[in-house]
Amino acid sequence: MDFPEELKYTEEHEWIMVEGDIATIGITDFAQDQLGDIVFVELPEVGDTLEAGKNLGVVESVKAVSDVYSPLSGEVVEVNEELPDEPETLNNSPYESGWMIKLKVSDMSGLDSLLDVSAYQEFIEND
Amino acid sequence: MISTESRGLVLDEKLLFEQSQPGRIGYSIAALDVPAVLPESKLLRDDISGFPELSEVDVVRHYTRLSTWNYGVDSGFYPLGSCTMKYNPKVNEAAARLPGFSDLHPHAPDNFSQGALELMYNLQCDLGEVSGFPAMTLQPAAGAQGEFAGMLMIRAWQEAKGEKRNKVIIPDTAHGTNPASAALCGYEVITVPSDGVLSKEAVAAVMDDDVAALMVTNPNTLGLFEADIREICDLVHERGGLVYSDGANLNALMGISRPGDLGIDVMHFNLHKTFSTPHGGGGPGSGPVGVVEKLKPFLPVPFVVQDGDGYKLEYNCPQSIGRMKSFFGHFSILVRAYSYILSMGGTGLKQATELAVLNANYIRARLEGEFDLPYKQRSLHEVVFSEDGLHNDCHTLDVAKRLIDYGYHPPTIYFPLVVHGALMIEPTETESRQSIDEFCDAMLAIAAEAKNSPELLKQAPVRAKVKRLDEATAARKPKLRWNS
Amino acid sequence: MRYLPHTDVEIQQMLDTIGVSSIEELFSGVPEECRLKRPLDLPVGKSESELLGFLRELSLKNITVSTCDSFLGGGAYNHFIPAVVDHLVSRSEFYTAYTPYQPEISQGTLQAIFEFQTLICQLTGMDVANASMYDGASACAEAVLLTVRAGKKRKKVLLSETLPPQYRETVATYCRYLDIELIIIAHANGVTDTAKLQTLLDDQVAAVVVGYPNYFGQVEDLAAIAELTHAVGARLVATVAEPLSLALFKSPGELGADVVVGEGQSFGIPMSYGGPGIGFFAVRKKDMRVLPGRLVGETVDQDGKRGFVLTLATREQHIRREKATSNICSNQGMCILMVSIYLALHGKQGLRSLAELNYAKAAYAKEKIGQLDGFEIAFSGESFNEFVVTCPESPTVLRQRLEQQGILAGIDLVKDYSALENGLLVCVTEQNNREQIDRLTDALAGGDL
Repeated sequence: MDFPEELKYTEEHEWIMVEGDIATIGITDFAQDQLGDIVFVELPEVGDTLEAGKNLGVVESVKAVSDVYSPLSGEVVEVNEELPDEPETLNNSPYESGWMIKLKVSDMSGLDSLLDVSAYQEFIEND
Repeated sequence: MISTESRGLVLDEKLLFEQSQPGRIGYSIAALDVPAVLPESKLLRDDISGFPELSEVDVVRHYTRLSTWNYGVDSGFYPLGSCTMKYNPKVNEAAARLPGFSDLHPHAPDNFSQGALELMYNLQCDLGEVSGFPAMTLQPAAGAQGEFAGMLMIRAWQEAKGEKRNKVIIPDTAHGTNPASAALCGYEVITVPSDGVLSKEAVAAVMDDDVAALMVTNPNTLGLFEADIREICDLVHERGGLVYSDGANLNALMGISRPGDLGIDVMHFNLHKTFSTPHGGGGPGSGPVGVVEKLKPFLPVPFVVQDGDGYKLEYNCPQSIGRMKSFFGHFSILVRAYSYILSMGGTGLKQATELAVLNANYIRARLEGEFDLPYKQRSLHEVVFSEDGLHNDCHTLDVAKRLIDYGYHPPTIYFPLVVHGALMIEPTETESRQSIDEFCDAMLAIAAEAKNSPELLKQAPVRAKVKRLDEATAARKPKLRWNS
Repeated sequence: MRYLPHTDVEIQQMLDTIGVSSIEELFSGVPEECRLKRPLDLPVGKSESELLGFLRELSLKNITVSTCDSFLGGGAYNHFIPAVVDHLVSRSEFYTAYTPYQPEISQGTLQAIFEFQTLICQLTGMDVANASMYDGASACAEAVLLTVRAGKKRKKVLLSETLPPQYRETVATYCRYLDIELIIIAHANGVTDTAKLQTLLDDQVAAVVVGYPNYFGQVEDLAAIAELTHAVGARLVATVAEPLSLALFKSPGELGADVVVGEGQSFGIPMSYGGPGIGFFAVRKKDMRVLPGRLVGETVDQDGKRGFVLTLATREQHIRREKATSNICSNQGMCILMVSIYLALHGKQGLRSLAELNYAKAAYAKEKIGQLDGFEIAFSGESFNEFVVTCPESPTVLRQRLEQQGILAGIDLVKDYSALENGLLVCVTEQNNREQIDRLTDALAGGDL
């Protein structure tokens, strides 16, 4: 399983890439593997305001539903329009084509609570 | 004798719409004996586009062929846990089709419906005797609607006392309908962990003055009797809550223990499980609900009461939660269940429970060495194994699909969620020792195959109408109807 | 007992294998204080011949549509059922099967449901139909819940007074503890009052629910109601209690309905004192993922061969639990077959002819009764096979008088529609021949037969 070094992670199995005040968010390789074949993705709309820890969207496989929580607070500036039509992208390319949203972060202090790659890997192993 | 070799004839069959021929007919309609008239033309529709045109023979062959792709209780052993797939007696079908029942209009006045009302009244009494509840509604259309009706009554009772409680406690082994029904009544669901059975302590830890009710299934979905149930009921009652029991597993208790005597306040029956009415490929079910005396004023309307020498439908019930559906319940299913109770008698019902438990324990004894049994307490009508211990990365799904090749319907799989890769087996009392032995032999053969030739499990089933289906594509690009 | 195969010897062998000495020991997990300490107080079991004799006698205490002249409708309709229907649904591979969760050995049920979904879409003029609900009334209630779910923060639902009373009552029960405001739209001349509707519509309204035909048998102007409803962004729910009408009148889909629900009993299901029937439920594509109930979809197997599976199951209670779109856990499988077989037999032409026959018979009865002294047809609009008669005396009294003559003249509307003076709801189907209709009109006129 692949966990890029440069990304941040959460215990809810999301990854975050921060560039300036823009955070790109998706689900990890571990999350997609646990879910199996992903068949449906629900995303917020551009302009929505998200609060850290609150619902960001939903990912579904044939027999499971998983809520995705926003790791940070901010405003949605872009969503991956391709995903709803090609949900299998989350399985095939969780860190690249499978990104979910871009968030303009309103409170950068939220970044402090995110995990780095080694902390996330340790979390998965112990969970 | 275990064999995966023999062959049957499985033929393809097009959809109704694909067989349609313009102008072909399969009906006969009486001649018009009044003047022909039509509504004004702007209201009229065009042809129903794509609607089939077939002969009677086309239709008969179509559905006959479709039926051969199905597996029912009459085809063979159907050990689907928690679903109680017992034999559906044929006399029940004959009873439901008696014209005096099947041709009765629901708006017929009570004096035209005395036979139906008497039957419903008697059934209410008999279900009350089996369960220990003094009052009953036959109206709910299925178990899930029974749960909904029961939880509505709980809420109505508490609100009538001026109480606003907003939470319901549900163990992690519960059927999904329990939380879904509680949510329909506006309740927040509090999940309690259970270690096989529910403990007083676990309930006490979440029980407070905001809790309206505890929903339990007894015996639970692991087939275990909730041994602390009386004390748990006392605890919930002391804090002003009520206890709802999901009667899905009543087949383990008839003549042994009555939920109404244990402190349970409300319970639904599944007539299609315990009382032998057919599952019908998904329904119709029937979910009568029994309640304690204090909840009687809240029963759905109408219900049947005695009226002099006869019977009538009672509508005057100001505190009633209202109506769950049109009319009085799934009447023809009620006829079947009543017919079953009359056939079995009190002694027969208890014997059914005893033999159902015997069968389940026999399967447990025969398979326990080869399949992992996570909960080792004395179990009743069903037994739940896990997938741990299967060789070569074989999973529960693979065992289930391989059972199809051996000629069996698979058990319930991946439920309850507390068991890893659950295989939930409920044989019911109507299976003979031979059929159970053959099933166990098949299970043991499959466990050996997992060890020696796992590809047989991974490829399974190979003998059914179709092989494993692509469910991911079905969900990603839903095709839910035929289009020309 | 003939359903219990165990011999005493076998029981003993099984106990030996288990390692217990008695059946009693198997119940050691049930504490003593939880035991029933007496036998069940139920009669001894009856033999099959005794049982059938007893039940036949009970059934003969009922007076049915075959033993009197019945003009009852009101949500349950007396239509002829071809012999093929019961013959085919009696195939026990269908009726002794469970829900098709194992698709490889349930293709018969699954293909039949897929065809049923298609037939319902064709009849209603909609995109997607589910695998059925309990009945028309509960389907109507679930439709209300769908519109609130899909309508985001909208919490008001307008119900036409002309919806069948049992549908309105069921909706009220389902919404009892949910934050939904139900408002009744009065009728004018037997149809939803569009002027009143207009005053009630605002941006808080999730749905407008009307009958088509409505409880009075009247054909509502759905297109006009749809336009008003859509103008405030709400959904129109068309509720069809007598679906045979859909073979004659424009489909609700064509007229702009967003959700079409109804009762399918008319299509090959015995009335059986009101149940089971079948609720059908159809929506536009945009609402596919908020649908309640089961859905069957087409796919392929590993060899690329067509097959069918239950799909989009993540909406349902066994996966989403308290967040599911409904708590429903069954569908009316056996009734799906009855409806599909009935529709397949009648087909495009047969269903239309039958609908025309029903319309013509009702029109004949309407005209004859309208000519009787003191009787009036209550509403002037177009109706299908039911209509309301204003009687010169209490319909309760009148009905009882006709009962003595073996005629069930119709449904007394006094209880549910007290504002309608002496209203009687009369239904005429292909099962009522001209002589029966003439007998009814003579009896209404006061003549003893």
